[in-house]
Amino acid sequence: MSCEHAQAVLHGYLDGELDAARASEFERHLESCPDCLSALEAQETLRSALQRAQLYATAPVALRRKIRANLPAAPRAKFGFRLLPVRWLAAAAAAAFLLVAFEGWRLLPSLNQEGEYQAAEMVDAHLRSLQANHLTDVTSTDQHTVKPWFDGKLDFAPPVRDFASDGFPLQGGRLDVLRGRAIAALVYGRRKHIVNVFVWPTSEPDDSPRSGSKLGYQWVDWRKSGMEFCAVSDTSAADLNQLQHLMSQ
Amino acid sequence: MSSFDQGKGLGVLDSQERERFEQLVLPHLDAAFNLARWLLHSRADAEDVAQEAMLRAYRFFGGFHGGDARAWLLQIVRNTGYTWLEKNRPMEMKTEFDEELHVQPSSTPESLAIASDDRERLTRALETLPPRFREVLVLRELEGCSYKEIATITAIPIGTVMSALSRARQRLQQALTQRAPQEASHEL
Repeated sequence: MSCEHAQAVLHGYLDGELDAARASEFERHLESCPDCLSALEAQETLRSALQRAQLYATAPVALRRKIRANLPAAPRAKFGFRLLPVRWLAAAAAAAFLLVAFEGWRLLPSLNQEGEYQAAEMVDAHLRSLQANHLTDVTSTDQHTVKPWFDGKLDFAPPVRDFASDGFPLQGGRLDVLRGRAIAALVYGRRKHIVNVFVWPTSEPDDSPRSGSKLGYQWVDWRKSGMEFCAVSDTSAADLNQLQHLMSQ
Repeated sequence: MSSFDQGKGLGVLDSQERERFEQLVLPHLDAAFNLARWLLHSRADAEDVAQEAMLRAYRFFGGFHGGDARAWLLQIVRNTGYTWLEKNRPMEMKTEFDEELHVQPSSTPESLAIASDDRERLTRALETLPPRFREVLVLRELEGCSYKEIATITAIPIGTVMSALSRARQRLQQALTQRAPQEASHEL
């Protein structure tokens, strides 16, 4: 490498922007060229002087506040097209509610299969939990926090376990109501989906799981050790079956 | 969320986009302010320019398709800063064209170490440089930008970043050594 070339790439070397081959070529040149070495040293001195001098000017705190306050907020009317999807969502949700209500009303007198009716109610409760922005009363991924939270609020102790290592992290718990009685709702995450598992005591014997879907929501219902469980989610049926399996172990 | 990808609806972000802006762009306010301060030599002017640039960034956030948010913001700061200079201090913009001053590249490491121990002296030396030299030094030495980022921000080809830095550093060394004797006599 010639001195001329070395002087040209010196700054790339200083800034760590040379590839390995060119950097080692430059270093070999330095070994035999005191002029280029002292030029590099001069640059390093200049750099450390710049660092030492602490010339960086940080923004005043007041400026940060002022800018945040001055960012225009989203107006409602002018950019109506941006709100359209939200409106569609609301309409869809309203339709879903009407359907649930209608189905429920229709199912109530005609269906004597208790399980189906309950599942419809649980889907309703699941929807409600997502809509009302009231998913959890106690928000914790720790089963030892969620389980005691139910003490004194229910006349039974729901089994609470975290299944994060199996892909169903516990997110919290909530009280819900089924036909006038307080029941437990455990909330699990499943990728981007939410799973509600409703739990209440039953005098019926253990039963193998029954499952179905309503309005695009999957449900699985089972009974074990004096408790009835109903898991509801918009995740896949396979996911729910896996959770059911985990909870029954 | 996606309607901004088509560059429509400039100026107003919904709450989700605003949150994204606050997470991605707003944290680089220090970088914006620092570059503005060194372009304009003044903290008060830098506040105005940094704020204007940030609001501009907010308006054009729809055109930001991910990637290096700091470089994207600094590009806007730089443009805003030069527009401000042209309007308020047109004389200053002219100095950058008398690029090659013929001064001996003579500084020894010793003289430099003495000269540069002083924060004020370094500041003044930096401020005598034409803006185009000053900005690459500020981006590299203070902001720690890569050559690629410097190329993006200053709109010069990446192949010329190294030589721009080389010339800028040479000019800074000259400014430091030229000033040294004059100031030494002042201090005596």
